[in-house]
Amino acid sequence: MAVLELTNISKHFGAIQAVNDVSLSIEAGQVVGLMGDNGAGKSTLVKMIAGNFPPSHGTMQMDGKDLVLHKPVEARQHGIEIVHQDLALCNNLTAAANVYLGRELRRGVGPFRILDYAAMYKRAGQIFAELKSETRPRDLVKQMSGGQRQAVAIARTMLSQAKIVLMDEPTAAISVRQVAEVLNLIRHLRDQGIAVVLISHRMPDVFDVADRVIVMRRGRKVADKTIASSSPEEVTGLITGAIEQV
Amino acid sequence: MAVTLDQTIAQKQHTLLSRVFASQTFWVVIAVILACLFLSVATDSFATTKNLYNITRNVTFVAIVALGMTFVIITGGIDLSVGSVLCLCSMVLAVTMHAGYGIEVGIAASIATALIIGGFNGILIAYLGFPPFVVTLGMLSIARSLAMVASNNTVVFQFGPDHDKLLALGGGAWVFGIANPVLYTILLALITGFTLRWTKFGRHIFAIGGNEHAATLTGVPVRQIKVAVYMISALAAGIAGIIQTGWLGAVTTNLGNGMELQVIAATVIGGANLAGGMGTAFGAVVGAALIEVIRNSLGLLGINAFWQGTFIGSAILMAVLFDRIRNFRRND
Repeated sequence: MAVLELTNISKHFGAIQAVNDVSLSIEAGQVVGLMGDNGAGKSTLVKMIAGNFPPSHGTMQMDGKDLVLHKPVEARQHGIEIVHQDLALCNNLTAAANVYLGRELRRGVGPFRILDYAAMYKRAGQIFAELKSETRPRDLVKQMSGGQRQAVAIARTMLSQAKIVLMDEPTAAISVRQVAEVLNLIRHLRDQGIAVVLISHRMPDVFDVADRVIVMRRGRKVADKTIASSSPEEVTGLITGAIEQV
Repeated sequence: MAVTLDQTIAQKQHTLLSRVFASQTFWVVIAVILACLFLSVATDSFATTKNLYNITRNVTFVAIVALGMTFVIITGGIDLSVGSVLCLCSMVLAVTMHAGYGIEVGIAASIATALIIGGFNGILIAYLGFPPFVVTLGMLSIARSLAMVASNNTVVFQFGPDHDKLLALGGGAWVFGIANPVLYTILLALITGFTLRWTKFGRHIFAIGGNEHAATLTGVPVRQIKVAVYMISALAAGIAGIIQTGWLGAVTTNLGNGMELQVIAATVIGGANLAGGMGTAFGAVVGAALIEVIRNSLGLLGINAFWQGTFIGSAILMAVLFDRIRNFRRND
C-alpha cells in the first residue's frame, strides 16, 4: 500500500499555476527522485506535503486516510519529516541539541522539568551509529563537515517513527566524498522501511540511490518510472522539454 | 587497535579544563582578580571593608539589568530601553508609595509597568517585525518621558507609610553583613544561569540566536519566546529600579541615564555575542564587576574621572578582540 498518495493536486498563486493536476503515490521503503528545472513546481509540491500551505485542488492521503495539513508541525505529527536544503541547523548548539531541537527530552516532575542532557547525548549517539556517521553528539555543529551536518539533519528525522522523509537538495553544496556519505544515509533510511523523496538536480545521485524517478516540468508531472527503465539522457530530455512526455 | 565507530561517537573532544580556558568569561575573571590584587597593593583604600562593600553593591544594579539583557542578546536582539525603564519603574514605585499605598502595592505596580513595557517591545519586534534597535530606542525616549510625567519631573524622596521598609529592602544588609542588593544579584544570577542551561526555554533562546529560521522550521515557538525575553529584560530593569530606589532613598528622572551602554558593555565583556547565540549569566555579572572595578580604581588611583569612558570602552574593544582572535584561529 502506498504511504503517501496525491490525487489531482494543483496549486496556484494568483494567476500563476505552480503545480497542475499532479497525482503520484509513494511506497514504504522506496527512494523516489523528484527532478525538474528551477520553477518546475518541485518545491511547491514538497511544501504542500510538508504542510507549509494547502493545495488549491486535489487530495492527499496517508496510509489510506485523508491528510489535511495546516502547519508544518502537523506534518511532523503524521510522520512526515523534512530535511531542508539549508539543513536548518544552529551552529552554536551541539549535534545532540540540534537533533532534539523543538522536542527536547526532559526529566523531572510537573513544572520542574530540566533538560535531560544524558539521554539526549545517548540517543543521538545511537542514531549516528545507526547512520554509520562519525558524528559526536557533544560537538558543536559549527565545527562539522558538510557530511556530518547532513547526518545531524537526517538524524532528526529518525527521532520519531517517520514514515516519509523529504530531502531538499541534500547533495547540492558538499564535496564528492560527502555526497557518498549522504547517499549512504539515504540507503539507511530506506532499509528501515522509510519512504524517501529526494529532490535533486544531480542526475548521478538520483540514478545511484533512487528506485523511481518523477520528472516535473512547468507544474506538470511528465514522467514517473523506475530507474531501471529510464536513463540520464531521457530524464535530461524530459527536464528540458526535448522529450514531451513518457 | 582500530578505533570503532562507537568509540569515535562516544569520544569527548573537550575536557572541562580546556573548555574553561577557552571561555572569555574565565579571562575576564582573571582580569578582575589581577586588577583587585594590583589595587590592594597599590592603594591603601581599595581593600578596606567599606570600599569592597561599595564596589559589590555598585556592581549589582548593572549586573541585575545585564542578566536580563543577556536573554535578549542571546536571541540576537538588543534592548536599549533598560535605563529608562529602570527610571520609570522606580518612579512608579515612588509615586505610588508617596500617594500613601503600601510597599506591596508599589512593587506590584512597578513590576506590572515593567512587564507591560517589555511585552509592548516584544510584540512590536516579534509579531510586527520591527528591528529591536528601533523599538527599544523609541521606548528609551517614551519611558523616560513617562517617568517625568508621572512625577512632574520632581525628586521623590518620601515614600509614605512604608518608607522605612523600602529603604531596608534596598539599603539593608540582612545576611552576614552582605549588602542586600548583592544577595538579590546572586539569587537572580543563579536563576538566570539555571534557566539558560537547564530549561527548554533557555535552549530555545540559544537556538533563536544561532539560527532563527532553523528554530522556526523545527517548531520552536520563536515569537512567544522573543516577547518573553524582552519582558524578562524589562523585568530585570524594573527589579533593579526597585532596589536602587530603596538604596538611594530618592528618585530623580535622571536615574539610569545612559545605563544601557554600561549594561550592554557588561554582557559583551562577559562573553555574550551581539550577533546572538552566546552568553552566560556568570559572564554578565563578571562583566559588570570588571566595569565597576575599573571605575573604582580610577578614583582611587587619582586619575581624572573623565578618563572612565576611555577605559570602559577599551575593555569592550579588548573583549571583542579576544573573540575575533579565537575566530581567526578556528578558521585557519
